[in-house]
Amino acid sequence: MIIAEQKGIEELIGILEGHKDILVVGCRSCVAICLAGGEKEVGVLSEALRLHSDMRSKGWNISEVTLERACEKEWAYELDQLVEGKDCVISLACGVGAQVIQELFPDVRVVPGLNTSNMGAPEEQGVYNEKCGGCGDCVLHLTGGICPIARCAKSLLNGPCGGSQEGKCEIDPEVPCAWDQIYHSLEKLGRLELMDVPIPPKDWGPSRSGGPRKMVRSEAILTDEQNRMKGGKR
Amino acid sequence: MRIIALVCSFCGYASADMAGVTGQSYPASVVPVRMPCTGRLDVSHILSAFRNGADAVMVVGCLEGNCNYQYGNIEARKRVEQARGILAQLGIDGERVEMFNIASNQGWRFAEAVKEMEGRVLRLGPGPVRR
Ligand code: SF4
Ligand code: SF4
Repeated sequence: MIIAEQKGIEELIGILEGHKDILVVGCRSCVAICLAGGEKEVGVLSEALRLHSDMRSKGWNISEVTLERACEKEWAYELDQLVEGKDCVISLACGVGAQVIQELFPDVRVVPGLNTSNMGAPEEQGVYNEKCGGCGDCVLHLTGGICPIARCAKSLLNGPCGGSQEGKCEIDPEVPCAWDQIYHSLEKLGRLELMDVPIPPKDWGPSRSGGPRKMVRSEAILTDEQNRMKGGKR
Repeated sequence: MRIIALVCSFCGYASADMAGVTGQSYPASVVPVRMPCTGRLDVSHILSAFRNGADAVMVVGCLEGNCNYQYGNIEARKRVEQARGILAQLGIDGERVEMFNIASNQGWRFAEAVKEMEGRVLRLGPGPVRR
């Protein structure tokens, strides 16, 4: 899932300067799980902004809505009526959702209410760890199911580095060394011999270094005829 | 002055009631609002109380370990802390909101809690929004 956290309210207030009719849009998917942009957070932020507006007599008109999944056009279209007359949308969806909303409604300014951070997982309620760097060429089969790209501070493919101490990474005594974890995972799997397999220099082409990525599944694309029959929006 | 007391239906409300039954005197500025359990408390309740003219907000739940729904009052304490963080960003003193854990037979403690909040309002001045 995507991990994000809310921007500070002071920063948001600054971003909203000059706006009056504001729609706060949340998303019930990843950002609801990491308690950054679900229905509850939308309610709290909206109320905080209303309170600020009343304190400073700004006359902001703030409405709120939470989409099922802001990053998919089919769901984001639900804003159709709601954005009417609004001069600003605060997206409490991740950066992806924010962009989809802006693309669908180019006449309304969409501003980010979240700082979108990484692809990770909840460790426990309220704790979220980064897990995958989206490198586009997965090596988890060689590393005991632990990602060296996202979880090693140096993204080493043949670690550990000299800074690994008692299972912790040299960047912070609280951060586990990914390569220590990889070693112990391979040990449990009975595949320690994989530690001896050198992983060759990585081709970063399929990662961000190759520019924005686009995936096409030609068998899934609807023909014009199908689109007409479905009456769907493109 | 207006102090909103968000009280749970168990010890919170009962302690307010007991304060009356046992003839405790406490400031008339308090408006108790009964909720099923303080576990239902949301940060937006606190914010909207201030927006609607409250000078202070007190949340009253059962003693810790005594919540009728196990840990609603512990959740509420965290929500109060969270609300303080948001209030601070809006320039509102976090002391205007407080969590109290009071048993149903401690009417005198409810009265004291209200007096405590009244004292804070007298010290800090009127709340952020006048209605
Ligand atoms: S190796 Fe690449 S694809 Fe696999 S988990 Fe790590 S970053 Fe993600
Ligand atoms: S200590 Fe471990 S996790 Fe940290 S940079 Fe070195 S190999 Fe990577």
